Amino acid sequence: MFSALSYSESPLFAEVRRLEQEFDELFGSWTPWAGGIRSLPAGTFPAINVGSNPDSVVVYVFAPGIDPKSLEVSLQENVLSLSGQREIPEEQNATYYRQERFRGGFRRVITLPEDVDPDKVEANYRDGIVQVTVQRRESAKPRQIEIH
Amino acid sequence: MNTQTEVMQRGADGAEVAQSRKTGGATESVLRPPVDIYETGEGITLHADMPGVSKDRLSLRVEGNNLLVEGSIGIAPQEQMTALYADVRATVYRRSFALSNELETDKIEASLKDGQLTVRIPKRAELRARRIEVQS
Repeated sequence: MFSALSYSESPLFAEVRRLEQEFDELFGSWTPWAGGIRSLPAGTFPAINVGSNPDSVVVYVFAPGIDPKSLEVSLQENVLSLSGQREIPEEQNATYYRQERFRGGFRRVITLPEDVDPDKVEANYRDGIVQVTVQRRESAKPRQIEIH
Repeated sequence: MNTQTEVMQRGADGAEVAQSRKTGGATESVLRPPVDIYETGEGITLHADMPGVSKDRLSLRVEGNNLLVEGSIGIAPQEQMTALYADVRATVYRRSFALSNELETDKIEASLKDGQLTVRIPKRAELRARRIEVQS
C-alpha cells in the first residue's frame, strides 16, 4: 500500500495501514459479480461494494452528502434497490471551474445471494457510506458435521 | 501537478491491479475524488467527495504551491468476509491542486461532513477584486 506514497510521510496513514491492507485484500481484486447483469460502468453514483460472510451480506454504498431520510432502501426477496436524490445547491455569483460531483436522482439495483433473509436488514449511515447488513437464513449457514 | 497521483484503475482491469501488487510493482491504485471548484470575490471554494473518510483519516497540506488532499477509507471488514462485488477497489483518495500566489494559503479553512470535504481558500485582502465605477 505504501510503495506509492513515497513523498507522503504522514503518520496518519501509517496508523491505518493494517486496515487498508485488509480492505485491499478483500475488495482490491477480481470479484465474482464483476460481470453481473446488473453491474454498472465505472463512475456510476453511488459506488457499491458487497462483502459476505457466513452470517450476513454487507452492502457498502458510497453516497456522500446524502440526507439518510431521503434515501430509499428496499429489499424484495434478494434484490436490493436504492434510490435517492443528491442536492448540491449551486453557488450564486460564482465562477465554476469544475463540477465533477454527481448531482440529481439516482437508483441502483443489486442482486444479493439467494439465502438472505429480507426480514433481517439493518442500515446505517456514517461518513458518507450507507452500510446495509442483511442476515443470511439459518439453514444456509455452514454447520459443523459431527462424526460419530 | 503530479500526474502520478491521478492514476485510477477500476472495473475490468481489476485483475491486473492485483497482479501488479503481487509482483511488488509500484503501481498502486489511488482514488481521485471528484471535485467542484468555484471562485467568488472572497476566494476559491473546493468541495470533494471522499465517502468513508473521517476527520482523523483526512490530511490536507500545502506543499510549495500545491494543495494536497489525502484521505483513507475507514471501513473495517468483518470477520471471514469475502468480496462479492466492488466498484471501489482502493482505500486512499489523493488529489493535488496548484495554487496561485494571490491566495492566502495560511488562512485555508476546511470542514468535513458526511464524506464531503469543503476547503475555503481566501484571496489576499489587497488583491480582492474591487468594483470599478465607470464614469459617465
